[in-house]
Amino acid sequence: MTRPIRATLLALAAIAAASPAFAQSPVPTSGRTLAATCTGCHGPAGRSAGEIPSINGRTETQLAQAMLDFKNDRRPATVMNRHAKGFSDAEIAAIAKEISANWR
Amino acid sequence: MTRISISRRGFTGSLLAATALSACAVQSEAPAKARVVVIGGGFGGATAAKFLRLEDPGISVTLIEPKSEFQTCPGSNYVLGGLKRMSDITHTYAAMTGRHGVRHVRDMAVAVDPVTRTVRTAGGQSFGYDRLVVSPGIDIRWGAINGYDEAASLRMPHSWQAGPQTVLLRQQLEAMPDGGVVALSIPANPFRCPPGPYERISMIANYLKTTKPRSKILALDSKDAFSKQPLFQDGWAALYPGLIEWVPLGKDGKIVEVVPGEMTLVSEFGQKHKVAVANVIPPQFAGKIARDAGLANEQGWCPVDPFTFESQRHKAIHVIGDASIAGAMPKSGFAASSQAKFVARAIAASINGQPAEAPVYANTCYSLVGPDYGISVADIYRSTAQGIVAVQGAGGVSPRTPPDAPAHRHLEAVYTHGWYASATREIWGS
Repeated sequence: MTRPIRATLLALAAIAAASPAFAQSPVPTSGRTLAATCTGCHGPAGRSAGEIPSINGRTETQLAQAMLDFKNDRRPATVMNRHAKGFSDAEIAAIAKEISANWR
Repeated sequence: MTRISISRRGFTGSLLAATALSACAVQSEAPAKARVVVIGGGFGGATAAKFLRLEDPGISVTLIEPKSEFQTCPGSNYVLGGLKRMSDITHTYAAMTGRHGVRHVRDMAVAVDPVTRTVRTAGGQSFGYDRLVVSPGIDIRWGAINGYDEAASLRMPHSWQAGPQTVLLRQQLEAMPDGGVVALSIPANPFRCPPGPYERISMIANYLKTTKPRSKILALDSKDAFSKQPLFQDGWAALYPGLIEWVPLGKDGKIVEVVPGEMTLVSEFGQKHKVAVANVIPPQFAGKIARDAGLANEQGWCPVDPFTFESQRHKAIHVIGDASIAGAMPKSGFAASSQAKFVARAIAASINGQPAEAPVYANTCYSLVGPDYGISVADIYRSTAQGIVAVQGAGGVSPRTPPDAPAHRHLEAVYTHGWYASATREIWGS
């Protein structure tokens, strides 16, 4: 699992290879789309159906801080530290904004 | 004509074609701004169908899936191990049709015409589409292992599509006398659920250890390395010492022939293994409809655009899940569902004349090594012109030596069930 430093993130908009059906360049991933990666474990709208913690009903600051703490290994985790490192700080802010605003 | 004024770009042509077809199409709903047909009601297809409706209720969505109930491969190893019952891994389409307005056609898609943009079913129905999502999962490559055909699978179940095959293998394990050998034949990459065979070994070992402790597992592998290997092998040594023998390719682990009548597996170099129970997980390829529709390559998998999952062979058809070639993403239910959510959004955006977003996908594959011993592999993925790649510096497997290992493995076992509960509720249950 050793991979060089993450570099792809910002390069993507530039790459934006021409897709036959979707002629336009992709726009940056929205908070809504980024947050859709959370629900597979945390449940629809962040309401967990099992033992994984729910993440709805939290403030933007709480969510962003938790993700940044996971990302920087300041908070113990099983899998969230591995996930959080997959997102830029700006994306984490967008995820936190989306969830706090729309997941009740 | 109003439909055409709503559509943009390349949709005009397809809608004209669809209008011409409407006489033979069975649908009789109010005019939708676009019609999306989804083939396959598993993790990929069911997610796509539901999320297309969530994205834009103006899109009509027809799900073509013969089953009325879906039994998930994730969790089926827990049935084999005696931790779960089949009812625990069975889901219906009631919420999808009732709450989300997906039309569920209980029929088998047998042909796709990419020119007229029509899907035909075994029951003789035809469905025109503006966009088609093909999510058929895998088919078994009968005959890839000499002697392994459908009849052989009733003696030596593959249990790699959950359902009667899962029940059959469980019954064989229950009927086996103590002291028997349970063999698994494991394929080379790529195949559905890379850690699945090793979780299955673990769950069968757990069952044997507690009920038939003189028995053994012989895992005959067509590979020299596998997913989460050190984590699995650490767990096997800790929980099931002496019970599991894993034979890699380099030690003649590859099975090339089976003789079901003699319950014998034959290796590449002619070793014969006579066993009490044989779980043959054979080589696989994309589900038949994808191959028949000309969506697959010579290896039997479907090349797609990494940004949209649109087929590289036919326009307006998106292939997702196990059938697709998704770069670094594994063939997992989690990955299929993640792809489906993004593709649903991209299709809705396209229908509404909005630009596509840069994709982001996620995967987490939990595995139980024991009932209270969980491990995982996780990644975040992005699309590049060269394909889908895992974000570097993120993801990876559970730590091999966490500070408090028992607590860590316990928590990941709890989260294994937690993921299943949330994922299946998101797809089928809410």
